[in-house]
Amino acid sequence: MFEVKLDSPHDLVIALAGNPNTGKSTVFNSLTGLKQHTGNWPGKTVTNARGKYRHKGRSFVLVDLPGTYSLFASSVEEEVARDFICFGRPHATVVVLDATCLERNLNLALQVIEITEKVVVCVNLMDEAKRKKIKIDLAGLSVKLGVPVIGTNARDGIGLADLKDAVLKVATGEITVEPMRVEYDRNVEKAVEILEPIVKESVNGKINSRWLSLRLFDGDRSLLKSLDHYLDLGFEPDKKERLSDTLASVRDVINLEDIRTKDRLVESIVNLAEDICAETVTYETKQHNALDRKIDSILTSKAFGIPIMLVLLGMVFWITVEGANVPSAMLARGFNYLEEQLTALFMVWDSPVWLHGILVLGIYKTLAWVVSVMLPPMAIFFPLFTLLEDLGYLPRVAFNLDSFFKRACAHGKQVLTMCMGFGCNAAGIIACRIIDSPRERLIAIITNNFVPCNGRFPTLIAIASIFIAYNMGGFKSIGTVLSVLFVIVLGVFLTLAISGILSKTILKGLPSSFTLELPPYRKPQVGRIIVRSIFDRTLFVLGRAVVVAAPVGAVIWLMANVTIGDLSILNHGASFLDPFARLLGLDGFILMAFILGLPANEIVIPILIMSYMSQGAMLELESFESMRQLFVENGWTWLTAVCTMLFVLNHWPCATTLLTIRKETQSLKWTVISFLVPTVTGVIICYTVAQLAYLLGLV
Amino acid sequence: MKEKLIPLHMLSPGSFGRVTQLTARDNSRRRMLDLGFINNTIVEALQKSPSGDPTAYQVRGAVIALRSEEASNILVECFS
Repeated sequence: MFEVKLDSPHDLVIALAGNPNTGKSTVFNSLTGLKQHTGNWPGKTVTNARGKYRHKGRSFVLVDLPGTYSLFASSVEEEVARDFICFGRPHATVVVLDATCLERNLNLALQVIEITEKVVVCVNLMDEAKRKKIKIDLAGLSVKLGVPVIGTNARDGIGLADLKDAVLKVATGEITVEPMRVEYDRNVEKAVEILEPIVKESVNGKINSRWLSLRLFDGDRSLLKSLDHYLDLGFEPDKKERLSDTLASVRDVINLEDIRTKDRLVESIVNLAEDICAETVTYETKQHNALDRKIDSILTSKAFGIPIMLVLLGMVFWITVEGANVPSAMLARGFNYLEEQLTALFMVWDSPVWLHGILVLGIYKTLAWVVSVMLPPMAIFFPLFTLLEDLGYLPRVAFNLDSFFKRACAHGKQVLTMCMGFGCNAAGIIACRIIDSPRERLIAIITNNFVPCNGRFPTLIAIASIFIAYNMGGFKSIGTVLSVLFVIVLGVFLTLAISGILSKTILKGLPSSFTLELPPYRKPQVGRIIVRSIFDRTLFVLGRAVVVAAPVGAVIWLMANVTIGDLSILNHGASFLDPFARLLGLDGFILMAFILGLPANEIVIPILIMSYMSQGAMLELESFESMRQLFVENGWTWLTAVCTMLFVLNHWPCATTLLTIRKETQSLKWTVISFLVPTVTGVIICYTVAQLAYLLGLV
Repeated sequence: MKEKLIPLHMLSPGSFGRVTQLTARDNSRRRMLDLGFINNTIVEALQKSPSGDPTAYQVRGAVIALRSEEASNILVECFS
């Protein structure tokens, strides 16, 4: 499990540990240059990413451990982090601490120091501490801890050279570290004295025996399992017996049955952290967090908390809708012009009609659609959302909405996974790892699709603007934004309702324990966000357009133009689906487009356009206006638009998401359920809305 | 000047309490200890979420939100 692949035996393996939300991922990225998405919320890094860097002629492999508050293994993340430090045999471990919250962070540093002496402490976010007038005596801290302490601003790359130097020296043994020893109370120390020699004999120097003895008092079962698993100590029966005999004999000294004994072990470390901080940290102002509290008192207040959340989300969509118009139109014109040139070229070559059809009308047109209509809103929405994430706003959203999730017997952090779902549902599914309880994690996974992803909301925006808000004149973009916002609120409502139903039926259970850190607000790195997300998003969407949209474009063109009898394959399919689709307020082509759009939600509308266009005369799709015309000619009413938008929100997850669910749950059953739940919900909702509208004679 | 013992979730926003006892068990207890809710720690109730639960607490320099179920397992001596 912990085989770290090395290019050469001289490579040095460095573990990177730290509390969630300390900028650990930023340190990782700055050191390795690897593009790992970093965010400002607790527990984001859930697997251990690896990256490489070179310093002074040596190669380093950096292993990013999950962000944890402790190593006492009360969650999977903590177990992974502890096991890597214990058994992964890193040449050094870097512990990243948040300078603005040093005391709580030191707890973890002290726990790491107890396990291994090869530690470098990195006090990150020094600029934030300075802004809050918190002074940290780094040299004093280093003397106290007995290991190198380096102050950094990883975001600006400050201090990283020093950090690399210190890591090199500690890893190669160039400087000897003498880490401080955490002292426990007299009885515990006495018991350790008795137990340690026996332990030492058993583990053969493969692991710190003092630390292991302390953990034996803890009765940490997961550690004993890991010991057997990684060290292959071959605990012979006699050794085991001696060990348990000794353990029994220390009972005279400390009462292992008493829950307070274990508490005291933790308390000693926490108190030590407090003492160290008292001597090394000075607050020049008592109110160093006053601004954060003030912002919180507005953003999470009873009166404004939820309204502000909706307004912020609405603003993000408004900027997206307004901002995307111009580049979309420009791209569309450019693509149209290019298409004319391409067509002319095909005419000159006198190439067969089918070749022009597949390449230009199929592949090119689909690509052009995805790029011109989907890309601009994505490229605007994504950085805006990342901005909110970087500011530290998302944990506040989780805080505001938690009580609803508690009522649905689900986990408050589900909100964070939903936020990730806005970007991409597959990413949302992976983010569900931040939820410890397997039951609540499954609920979050199954319901993640009720958040429309980046590939779906441009579709919502397009349909809303050409049907729902079409006649609103000057209020068109407001109308569009409100309709999309309504769909999203509906999605959140459905998430809660379905989570509640799941909790009462196939995933019965009570809410597990819930703690959520509200990290300090941070100054976002605006420039970097914009450059990175536009660049990353653009590449991602373009890549996906080529890999997914282009082949599907070719297939659709063929389906629309190869005829069996006197109907095209597409027509056969659509007319087969039509009666059922009509019940849902859709038509056969729309349902067909959703089915063929399984590989990626971005391509549902281009498929639909192509299907409609293959029916009648070709028309140039230069604007939303001509798209509206095309749809109306094909019998769309406001009801079709509403039902299509509802079906966009509620249908099966895309192929990538399904594969991710399969991987994350390791279960076909839950993958199938994740497919069925949103699909059945969508069918029921569309059916109800359509039938009600027919019944009331609204259409 | 000793004050009365109350479970943390009864501590009203703006008031301070000193942790005197943890009644949580197993993992939940561990988690609370790791977050710094150990004896004699000063905790400040900051504010409730819009619907009244969870509540944000300032503990050892960090802000942690707890649902009332978790907070009720922490007994504090209230001094406002």
